[in-house]
Amino acid sequence: MSFHPNEVQRRARVASALIFGGLLLLLGTFFRTQVLQRARYVLASEENRLREIPLPAPRGVIYDRTGKVIADNLPGYSISLLARNEDTLRVTMRRIGQLVTVTPEQVGAAMRRYRRDRTRPTVLFGDASFELVSTLEEQRVDFPGLIIQSAPKRHYPDGPAVSALVGYTGEISDAELGLDQFGDYKAGQQVGKDGIERQYESRLRGREGVRFVEVDARGRVVRENAREDLLPEAPAPLYTNIDLDLQRFVAGIFGDSLIGAVVAMEPHSGEVLALHSAPTFDPNRFIGGIPQSYWDQLQSDPRRPLYNKAIKGTYPPGSIWKLQTAIIAMEAGLVAIDDRMPAPCTGSFQYGNRVYRCWDHEGHGDLTLAEAIEHSCDVYFYQLGLKIGLNRLVAGGIRLGSRDRTGIDLPAENRSLFPSDPPKKYYDERFGPRGWSNGVTLNISIGQGENSQTVVNMARFYTALATGGMSARPEIVRGQSERKQVFDLSAGQVRSLQEALANVVGRGTAAGSRLEGIAVAGKTGTAQNAQDVKRDHAWFVGYAPADDPKIVVAVMLEFGLHGSRAARIATRIMEHQLKQKVVLLSETEG
Amino acid sequence: MRSSRIASDWPLPVLALALTAFGITMVYSAGQTDVPTFVGGIWRNQSVWFLLGVCVAYAISRTSVRLLEWGSVWVYIGACVLLLLLIFIGKGAGTAASTKSWLAIGGIRLGQPSELAKIAVVLMLARVLSVQRVAPTSLFGLWRPAAITLVPWLLIMAQPDLGTGIVFIGVFFAMLFWSGVSWPLLVMAASPGISLVLAFSTGVWGAWFFLLAALLYWQKPAWLESTVIVGANLVMGVVAPVLWDGLSAYQQNRLLVFLDPSSDPRGSAYHVIQSQVAIGSGGFFGKGFTLGSQKRLAFLPEQHTDFIFPVIGEELGFLGVALALGLFAMLLLRTVSIAARSSTPFASLVAFGLTAAWFTHIVVNIGMTVGLMPITGIPLPFFSYGGSFMLACWMSVGILALISAEGRGKADALVI
Repeated sequence: MSFHPNEVQRRARVASALIFGGLLLLLGTFFRTQVLQRARYVLASEENRLREIPLPAPRGVIYDRTGKVIADNLPGYSISLLARNEDTLRVTMRRIGQLVTVTPEQVGAAMRRYRRDRTRPTVLFGDASFELVSTLEEQRVDFPGLIIQSAPKRHYPDGPAVSALVGYTGEISDAELGLDQFGDYKAGQQVGKDGIERQYESRLRGREGVRFVEVDARGRVVRENAREDLLPEAPAPLYTNIDLDLQRFVAGIFGDSLIGAVVAMEPHSGEVLALHSAPTFDPNRFIGGIPQSYWDQLQSDPRRPLYNKAIKGTYPPGSIWKLQTAIIAMEAGLVAIDDRMPAPCTGSFQYGNRVYRCWDHEGHGDLTLAEAIEHSCDVYFYQLGLKIGLNRLVAGGIRLGSRDRTGIDLPAENRSLFPSDPPKKYYDERFGPRGWSNGVTLNISIGQGENSQTVVNMARFYTALATGGMSARPEIVRGQSERKQVFDLSAGQVRSLQEALANVVGRGTAAGSRLEGIAVAGKTGTAQNAQDVKRDHAWFVGYAPADDPKIVVAVMLEFGLHGSRAARIATRIMEHQLKQKVVLLSETEG
Repeated sequence: MRSSRIASDWPLPVLALALTAFGITMVYSAGQTDVPTFVGGIWRNQSVWFLLGVCVAYAISRTSVRLLEWGSVWVYIGACVLLLLLIFIGKGAGTAASTKSWLAIGGIRLGQPSELAKIAVVLMLARVLSVQRVAPTSLFGLWRPAAITLVPWLLIMAQPDLGTGIVFIGVFFAMLFWSGVSWPLLVMAASPGISLVLAFSTGVWGAWFFLLAALLYWQKPAWLESTVIVGANLVMGVVAPVLWDGLSAYQQNRLLVFLDPSSDPRGSAYHVIQSQVAIGSGGFFGKGFTLGSQKRLAFLPEQHTDFIFPVIGEELGFLGVALALGLFAMLLLRTVSIAARSSTPFASLVAFGLTAAWFTHIVVNIGMTVGLMPITGIPLPFFSYGGSFMLACWMSVGILALISAEGRGKADALVI
């Protein structure tokens, strides 16, 4: 029968071979998996267990010219979540909401960040309060996948005093993420939004570090330091030309009540010593998400605190532009400093069938060019403008930079407005061929009409007056200054104009702003204001000391009524800067 | 003589003890996870079941093969009744939560009768096959063993428990082979099942059908038998897609994922992929005992039951795997030789049937962890956590020790 010993032995051999073969096949498969393909599976296993948590880098510190801090970083906390899906994210936010107040905006922002980038932990609170951090830290076991980590927080020690300069930072927006410029940015990261922060974003942005945490299959963090951290790197500090002490002084003068802007520059190098726009805002409140109420308040304020009036606002320059008329005429050889115009000032000037008024209705009488500058006589400049002619006047104004941006290293500077060359074409297009007369020449020659200048552009023009023809590009961050010759007058002509400007403050329209021991040269402007005819804009642009210019200051006060008010502010700024310098110098020498 | 039965065949208990010690050690490691679960303490339960198993094994080894032969009918009937009961009162639990495989009275789970049924089927098949003078030579001659296997098989598939079902099929064909049934007849008997599997590819099934036709032409079975075989194969080839639709979604998924593990990495294929990652990342020397990250961080599913072998692979590396497979190889070769030199055909068939049951468990379980086999939820003898299973394994050891001792005692009967 079938159980004959030989038969059984044969079957036992077959069975043993099958068993041996089967187990050998398994062993071979394990050899392939564990020895030959090990690297692949080790990688998969590491990917399973390790999660990379980005460590936000501090932004570069911004210093002023003396080493004072304009912007640095404070320790802060961010709370993020390794979310497996939108539901876990939503549930976690709801549960956090049971412990502390969570606004619907915060939930919405977290969801947006998650949808933008699912590979990174989703930032729930970019700038978490200490209260929130300690509450969550206590209940950490109940929140698997929650990551609490330090996140340096931008801080501006002088807050509102530097807002027009530094701008502010904030979370990168969806629109920004779509730009090439921000190609390597991730949702939830901080980015410079305005001012120096925006302009120098690439230099201020640090390099993010990485922390490796170990997670289990449910995404719970089970070990914090699974591998050595890659520490975040702060970039090199940014050194600016700003004099923080002067900047504070300027901001202090404006306070909360005045509206306007100031640009203070070193006339030879173009270094910007101070730049201010009033009213201001507090850039510190933008960090970690601006409160809606503060944002609404800034947006609805008619004084437009977020609008940088120094580089974006354009205003009719008025009399401060008269120096351009004078230079154009002198360059063309039409007038010398002692020349008089045919008609003396009687308070008005008849041209065609219109009467053009001088600001001083009493009249200035018969004046030289120097005296006309000193007293800012409109009638003199009407006649000078007519002598120059519209074509040469407009071409000269363009050459002097009246249609340009200054190229200051701040974002979104506006171009100053001025007729283009040829002016006939410009005015034909603007008003129609019969819609204008040669009377526009009179307006342009006194800085009115189709002429609207930024404060920084006027400051730049006065660097040329201070230095005899070289206009310097305003520069906030140390770098290479750029100068350009904008007019070509003899040394004597330049000196005569500078003397006239010095007399403006010495005994002319800004006589009330004289300084003890410092000769100031400059020009007031009282510009008609399209918004409110009763309340003129007030200008003063000038430099000091008059014989050896160290500082150019341009001041514009919205609705400031008269240029002399702006002059008072400008000379105080000059005084502060120059007296302080003397003291510093004597201290180091003594 | 009787008092030294286990000692008389020392390699068998020593190998079984070594495997169990290895197994409990791995069950302990399986509990060492970063987020503690109930698995942390189950190595103690497993040790208790092991001790109980050793006692049962010893008790069985003190009986006789004749008693076993006499009792096999009653054991078989009892097992079938329990399986039938499960259809009405079965409970799901543990890794088989969705099936009705547990027998519970008053909320207390007593065990999984299917483990007992495996041994019962082996005993009953051995009894039926051993009384035949000549091994069956025709398909119809196989009706008795087929019926014996089919009844509990159907009851188990009703739970449903695909893994245990596969073990029954393995045991059935292995014991037919051991009883002397010729391989062409085995192929013919298995052909409808093979058709069922191959039916998913018309080309492959066509080739198979051609080979079968050639086999039939060569063997020339009775025309009725040929008709039945051809008919059954045709039905299976055509009916298969219909049956496929009858499978529940998770069963379909498991089979599909076996065919293409990358098809749904987050769903069903998750088990296979994480298991392979655990094994592969262990490398040659492993990550160290209890230190496997896949297991610690719960990426490895069912790490204490069906997927305990990847824990060995991850923590002890290829060396640990080779040791485990080596021990299994020695055990199985030893039990084959026990079968070969048993005193009676019944004892020989029982020994070989138990060997086949273990072998099926080992190959299907380990094969599935490394991606060679579909996931069927089948435990690994001596390793996977489970009381009934541990008990059943040691009952098998006891029976094999008994057969070994009696075989030696009657050296004149069936000695190699």
